[in-house]
Amino acid sequence: MIRITRKVEFSASHFYHNPSFSAEENRRVFGKCNNPHGHGHNYVLEVTIAGEPDPTTGMVLDLKELKDILQREVMERMDHRHLNYEVPELAGQIPTCENVAAVIWKLLEPKIKTGKLDRVRLYESPDLFADCTADAPCEDGARA
Amino acid sequence: MRVSLTRRYRFAASHRLYTTKLSEAENKRVYGKCSNPYGHGHNYVLQVTISGPVDSATGMIANLGELDPFVQREVIEPFDQKFLNEEVGEFREQVATTENLAREIFRRLKSFPSARLERIRIEETSKNSFEIADEAEEVRA
Repeated sequence: MIRITRKVEFSASHFYHNPSFSAEENRRVFGKCNNPHGHGHNYVLEVTIAGEPDPTTGMVLDLKELKDILQREVMERMDHRHLNYEVPELAGQIPTCENVAAVIWKLLEPKIKTGKLDRVRLYESPDLFADCTADAPCEDGARA
Repeated sequence: MRVSLTRRYRFAASHRLYTTKLSEAENKRVYGKCSNPYGHGHNYVLQVTISGPVDSATGMIANLGELDPFVQREVIEPFDQKFLNEEVGEFREQVATTENLAREIFRRLKSFPSARLERIRIEETSKNSFEIADEAEEVRA
């Protein structure tokens, strides 16, 4: 099995606030991320597809097709957006790195028709990233 | 689908690769310039990966407000700007290779109370990295 990874970058703003917490609790749990004016990140998204190369084309999938899927599903939804207000898939969720990565996984998984979505890695900054992977171990057992 | 979170930290420390179990000549042969008696240093980069259910109230596997001070206390404070062989007790008995350093860091961080420690990865330089994962407790260069 071969894994191929495509990277895209988008910029978005967010803040963390749970309406069922008190103001004091929101400040304690979320710290400066609770600033109601929000703040932004340059997110870096790495999407990995696993599969066998097609014997005719030598490709696991056409990277142009993956690029178009990422543009449509992620960039148009999230680039230069406020994640709390403008992304319906995140409604009712705190837009943490974990939750945004999980939403991206759910958006992409049904769109990948050739090969299999193997991993979504979302960097919020060079020092913090979330990984989403399939529940079931991959065929070659390399990743549980 | 499962989710994990990885946080990156840095510390700078010196070490010397040397063991009393080998002769001077053997130390020199096995460890080369890394056995220079005065030691040498690295800017270590540590990646700590935690996993577990994402709390629906916070959207988090664990609050970085808990993870950061924990890693700070267990690893950064005792290791940063130190000579590992002399100033970290565990390396009086074992060679301060980055394999052993990875094991020691994993052991120190395993007790993080708010999530499962899944993996640590340590880069000794931009060319050498070492990982240790929860399942196999297996070190690979």
